[in-house]
Amino acid sequence: MMLGRLLSGDLPRSRVLTAVLIAIFFGLLLTPFLFPGARATNVAAKICIFIVLVASFDLALGYTGIFSFAHTMFFGIGAYGVAIALSTLGATWKALAIGTGAALMVALVLSLLIGLFSLRVKAMFFAMITLAVATAFQTLASQLSAFTGGDDGLSFKVPELLTSAFPLSPHTFRGVALDGKLLCFYLVFAAAVVLLLVMLRIVNSPFGRVLQAIRENEFRAEAIGYRTVVYRTCSSVLSALFATLAGVLLALWLRYNGPDTSLSFEIMINILLMVVIGGMGTMYGSVVGATLFIIAENYLQDLMKLASNGFSGVPFLRDLFHPDRWLLWLGILFIVGVYRFPAGIVGKLRFSAWKKS
Amino acid sequence: MTTTATTVPATDALPAEVKTDRLPLLLIPALALLALPLTGSFSTWVTLTFAGLAMGMIIFIIASGLTLVFGLMDVLNFGHGLFITLGAYVAVSVIGRMIGYVESPSLMRNLMAVVPAMLIAMVVVGAVGFVFERVIIRPVYGQPLKQIMITMGGMIVGVELVKVIWGAQALPLPLPAAFSGSLLFGDAAVEKYRLITTVVGLLVFAAMLWVLSRTKVGLLIRAGVQDREMVESLGYRIGLLFFGVFIAGAALAGLGGVMWGMYQQTIVPEMGGAINVLLFIVIIIGGLGSVGGCFIGALLVGLVANYTGFLAPKVALFSNILLMVLILLWRPQGLYPVVKR
Amino acid sequence: MSEPMLDLQGVHTRIGAYHILHGVDLQVAKGEMTVLLGRNGAGKTTTLRTIMGLWPTAEGTITFQGESIASRPTPEISRRGIAYVPENMGIFSDLTVCENMLLAACDTKRAEDLDAKRLEWIFGLFPALRKFWQYPAGLLSGGQKQMLAVARGIVEPRKLLLVDEPSKGLAPAIIQNMITAFRELKQTETTILLVEQNFNFARQLGDQVAVMDGGRIVHSGTMASLVADEALQQHLLGLSLTAHQ
Repeated sequence: MMLGRLLSGDLPRSRVLTAVLIAIFFGLLLTPFLFPGARATNVAAKICIFIVLVASFDLALGYTGIFSFAHTMFFGIGAYGVAIALSTLGATWKALAIGTGAALMVALVLSLLIGLFSLRVKAMFFAMITLAVATAFQTLASQLSAFTGGDDGLSFKVPELLTSAFPLSPHTFRGVALDGKLLCFYLVFAAAVVLLLVMLRIVNSPFGRVLQAIRENEFRAEAIGYRTVVYRTCSSVLSALFATLAGVLLALWLRYNGPDTSLSFEIMINILLMVVIGGMGTMYGSVVGATLFIIAENYLQDLMKLASNGFSGVPFLRDLFHPDRWLLWLGILFIVGVYRFPAGIVGKLRFSAWKKS
Repeated sequence: MTTTATTVPATDALPAEVKTDRLPLLLIPALALLALPLTGSFSTWVTLTFAGLAMGMIIFIIASGLTLVFGLMDVLNFGHGLFITLGAYVAVSVIGRMIGYVESPSLMRNLMAVVPAMLIAMVVVGAVGFVFERVIIRPVYGQPLKQIMITMGGMIVGVELVKVIWGAQALPLPLPAAFSGSLLFGDAAVEKYRLITTVVGLLVFAAMLWVLSRTKVGLLIRAGVQDREMVESLGYRIGLLFFGVFIAGAALAGLGGVMWGMYQQTIVPEMGGAINVLLFIVIIIGGLGSVGGCFIGALLVGLVANYTGFLAPKVALFSNILLMVLILLWRPQGLYPVVKR
Repeated sequence: MSEPMLDLQGVHTRIGAYHILHGVDLQVAKGEMTVLLGRNGAGKTTTLRTIMGLWPTAEGTITFQGESIASRPTPEISRRGIAYVPENMGIFSDLTVCENMLLAACDTKRAEDLDAKRLEWIFGLFPALRKFWQYPAGLLSGGQKQMLAVARGIVEPRKLLLVDEPSKGLAPAIIQNMITAFRELKQTETTILLVEQNFNFARQLGDQVAVMDGGRIVHSGTMASLVADEALQQHLLGLSLTAHQ
């Protein structure tokens, strides 16, 4: 019951999905101890951050039917806010707070402007405009090198409590040093859990239901008396703010930020793949999609290397399974997903559970 | 058949004067004239202007299909860039087999390599367009969100396949010997290839205008952009028309890819995706669905990019978006808005 | 009445979540003009669009010359000989009057190949079209556009003409012109299904009349009997024609 309230009553509604979510939760929670080594912890932190980012994208796309190419722009604003604040004001908690606050303010203003000016137009037009704005922002970030470090980006120090230089305990636990880096991982993890729960609450609130009504039938929602532009703008602003917070977490974890890390178009494509494969309009889809995608990004290549070696005598197949072509397979999965399983893996699991009952 | 209709004077008067809207056309010379004093030297200005026109022509060839496809069926293909990439890579393969012809100083022999390369690129990309429309676009007609996603997915998979076939590294696309070098007009140097590109672009534009205004298919395309249902009610299958336009648009993008590749002389799999934003800006500036607007928009974008690239390189990176904002402030629906039903 | 040319039986049409037609029964006899009356939102336009295949038929049958055309593709229905003049006229404003007419003649490739004799007859009905033959249709006035829209429907001989509110928004003098043209058209034995709200316009032209309300036909009979029966008129017109006159 407690758990039900925590999840805002929006339960997984499928035994398999519940098992998968529990596995992901504990997998991420225990990563530093289950899979020692910097690579695994890095992957786990990235999964946590992308779960928030993808969920925030889902808030706009899946729940409101808004497709914005400017989503990574807000991700970048969050990351740059922290990066700039910490590198100019020094590695203090106050600087972190200022950076986060400033980033949220910028994101709020920008997303409001974009929303009010262009959410009245057709989805296609909105997509094109946001694509142009995002491109401009990316150019801006790489040009203002005095401010942003240009293409090289910014490396900076975070508060000492969050670095490996800060020992929490002189002992090690199962060979893992208990230091500030570990604390930083759990900070990211906890923040991701909290942000996801907040988003879950939002989509299951009366406000979230109106959003879904608008997505289903804008004309009708307008007729009932909802000011759809206001609701759509609210949704895209919220989506932008959560993306900004995901950017803050990213910068905090990496202690670095640059255009390719948080602003590139590739990231945009990646989150699109994650949300569709996981399941649009389900929130849980972001958890499944981000986990699957990032694990694939990091480990599918190893698997494909095996396949590619197996086909080493066959020219075309060899290239088809070349580890660098992992995106090809996810792309195909994505297209099949959009056609056959518009609600993604989560939708599929829920559907089969519903059919059984 | 007898005639008994009485003529009422009111039915005989034309309420509006016949007035062709030439204002957007004037933008191009106006922009060029404005740049003349700014660039400082006449010879630099000539060079920049031709560079801008050549770039604009290539963009027009690529974007024309995109704008018509949108006009006819509200289909915006975010994967249009794939056709550009593919065209360039096919040309590399064809020209690679005829390298002797390309390096020869004889124009004739050069053309014997380049013309087949362009034609084969158009045919191959047209065929890929055929498959793309059937597999990627047809199943999601009328669902804009899915369309954006699925066409982007198509581009991702397509670009990855290009990497599978040709490799992910950059490839050289050599400019034929007779096309390289410059012509001197006084002390103004104009690269030969830019001149050729400008001429080819003008020819494509003229051919397109001829088809759109003198053939029945062209009239149907223009009518379909305005009122799809009425075209169907008159007995024409608009789906077939759209299919044809899509394939032709893909083939033109392939041709544009060959020309763009030769302009850059190096090609990478991402070249098409990189130009996508520029294409959208051009078709928005022109007015979605308008070929004439697309032509003017492309030339403006090309000229502005080259002038600002010389005058203020930092501004150049935003010049296109700036241009789009200015034009939309003047005409929110683009230069030549298409009157929809 | 012999076998009707067009026969709708229990036609239902749904547009998205909205149920618009609730079982329309309508017959159009060959060589006659049937007028469909009814107030805004009664389902008149939807009926025409459903016949044309622009909305799918959810239930019921539509038979044209003995063959079912329900939910067939629009171009196929058009090619069976049904011309449609929509309420918004569907003029291609970028194209010239001549090009508009050419597109309406489905199998004619060039403007020079249009049937000259028939064109002369159309010019007789609508002289403005001759005058502005080479002008963009977007420049025409509302009345002239309406004339072009009707002219497009008859540029080739058609079996059935569906016309949606040709009098809408026209000045009285031009309406009179339109009535004259339709009278002329009737003499060629063209079968016409006309949607109207203007009873004065309709009564001068119609042979048969059907009145719609709430997505159903609530009355059908001859125009003459409706014109003669004041009480029925009061009842039906109070129902359907309050918006006009």
